[in-house]
Amino acid sequence: MKQNEAQIKVKNLTVAYGDYVLLKNISFEVCRGDIFIIMGASGGGKSSLLRVLTGLMPAASGEVFIDGINFSSATPEEQKKIMRRCGILYQSGALFSSMTLADNIALPLQQYTNYSPALIKELVSLKLALVGLRGFEDFYPAEISGGMKKRAGLARALALDPEIVYFDEPSAGLDPISSKLLDDLIIDINQSLGTTIVVVTHELNSIFAIGGNSVFLDANTKSIAGCGNPKDLLKNPPNETVLKFLTRGEK
Amino acid sequence: MNLDCIVSDDMAEVVLSGDFIGYDDEGLKNAVYRRLSEAKIRKIKFSGALLRKWDSSLVVILYRIAQDAGVRKQELVYDRIPDNLQKLVRLALSVDRQPEKGVVRPRSFLENVGAWGIEIWRGIKKGLDFIGHTMSSVMRLLTSSAVMRRVDFLFALEDSSYKAVGIVSLVSFMVGLILAFVGAIQLKTFGAQIYVASLVAIGMTRIMGAIMVGIIMAGRTGASYAAAIGTMQVNEELDALQTMGISRFDFLVLPRIIALTITMPFLTMLADGMGIAGGAFVGITLLGISPEEYWKYSYDALDMTNFLVGIFHGFVYGWIIAVCGCYYGINAGRNADSVGLATTKAVVTGIVWMIVVTGILTMIFEVLGI
Ligand SMILES: Nc1ncnc2c1ncn2[C@@H]1O[C@H](COP(=O)(O)OP(=O)(O)O)[C@@H](O)[C@H]1O
Ligand SMILES: [Mg+2]
Repeated sequence: MKQNEAQIKVKNLTVAYGDYVLLKNISFEVCRGDIFIIMGASGGGKSSLLRVLTGLMPAASGEVFIDGINFSSATPEEQKKIMRRCGILYQSGALFSSMTLADNIALPLQQYTNYSPALIKELVSLKLALVGLRGFEDFYPAEISGGMKKRAGLARALALDPEIVYFDEPSAGLDPISSKLLDDLIIDINQSLGTTIVVVTHELNSIFAIGGNSVFLDANTKSIAGCGNPKDLLKNPPNETVLKFLTRGEK
Repeated sequence: MNLDCIVSDDMAEVVLSGDFIGYDDEGLKNAVYRRLSEAKIRKIKFSGALLRKWDSSLVVILYRIAQDAGVRKQELVYDRIPDNLQKLVRLALSVDRQPEKGVVRPRSFLENVGAWGIEIWRGIKKGLDFIGHTMSSVMRLLTSSAVMRRVDFLFALEDSSYKAVGIVSLVSFMVGLILAFVGAIQLKTFGAQIYVASLVAIGMTRIMGAIMVGIIMAGRTGASYAAAIGTMQVNEELDALQTMGISRFDFLVLPRIIALTITMPFLTMLADGMGIAGGAFVGITLLGISPEEYWKYSYDALDMTNFLVGIFHGFVYGWIIAVCGCYYGINAGRNADSVGLATTKAVVTGIVWMIVVTGILTMIFEVLGI
């Protein structure tokens, strides 16, 4: 499959909880193999948008296409098949606390493949090594730090060699070093695996470090207030809101 | 064959060809690993000219070989291996932190027994400590220097009062019914089924009412106390209380204990009444005893001492259930399962202590002749 072809297409999407509309008629495209950033202030509906993109919540109206298939109108079975090719790193890591890291990562492999236990074990070790957690197989989530939990969550998201990985606030709650490590890891994963990556974040450092294409969600107008590379957006801000956000309101 | 290994002098060439999607040929992989472990091999070359599609199952192989090569100080050469594949192997090999986990030394049998004994002794001390703290918290309440939120207290009171009426009524009605049935079978053999009324009245008021309420409330309220406080432990809310200098006993334990010890005697009375009603239902509809007669025999059997003993048991059970619920909630671990564990322990321990205390109280009352 070619690069630069849209893998995720969002068309006139409305995200709402009942009558409470968070985003109205937004459209954007994410190209295969790209890193795509969804930014916006806290409470702007970024996580909710991600819930719609990953099928945890139905769209109020509009469509999401993944690889040309209409994800929002697909049957639960079809959605599951599409989601098998997607990995998600939740805001908190969402590791199962009663399982070791190895069991956490092995779970999707056992669920979706019929690999032998030996291969699963090797794959688990590899994924942990990829996120810099070599040798942490037998640790429980409660025994590792927040940054390590996120990386372990990433290892789990990568378990099935996904084509798309969604990140919800990867650097939230991390120290600058850990958050830099995670940002680097996102870039490494993108470059070495060619994975399409969608990052939801409001951390300016991450936004500029990861780069790529982006959209800015404006909570007030419930729409996209700007799109393009964050650095270009900073140079030529389309409006006041984007400028304020990208400069911490200092300009 | 996807995977091949050609050895010439001190160099081994690992030839990769075709597709590696979910590749899992254990035998072939091990054969290659074995050949590469020969001492004379100083250099390993990966050749990937014929490689087509691949996924992590291939990376696993390269990663393993690269790791082993690192240990044996063999040199690695990548020949026409896709860039991203090389990058991936390098990424996996770069370690930023190694785990340090205390090595668990296996213990001998004697050590285990000793540790078990110490654990029990610590548990007893911790429990007594908890009760001591609770007592002093009650004292603080009496001298009105405790910080107890009225809302918490009212919420606990609500939960253990009218919201429990339905289940307590139903269960004790049924217990009265069963008691009457079982008694009637025996009493009928010598034509004394009228004494079913006395049996149910005495049985329910003296102990059964209190026990049934205790078991219901342990499962219902004791469990919810443990779960609520345990969840607070998981959310670090207990830590927040402590750092704010607020006693968790005053703030969390006190309202719950007071609420349950207030309502338990009343629930016991309700259970007594419903149990007698259940017995009457059997007596009147199935044994053919007239309502007036049933009532007369019940009334004659009722006795203030028995009634008060039952109420007293209810009061004690309320205390035990609330203490167990709060104790296991506060001592819950910090992950999600620990809440479930705390809940189970609260219920089981609560019921066990109820029975133990009942035994002790029965002996004391016997000696005192009550
Ligand atoms: N389940 C829900 N029901 C109703 N409103 C919700 C729900 N979840 C989130 N919201 C509201 O949606 C808004 C956006 O939330 P979220 O998508 O989490 O924002 P972000 O991730 O950008 O910080 C918030 O104002 C929140 O109150
Ligand atoms: Mg969010």
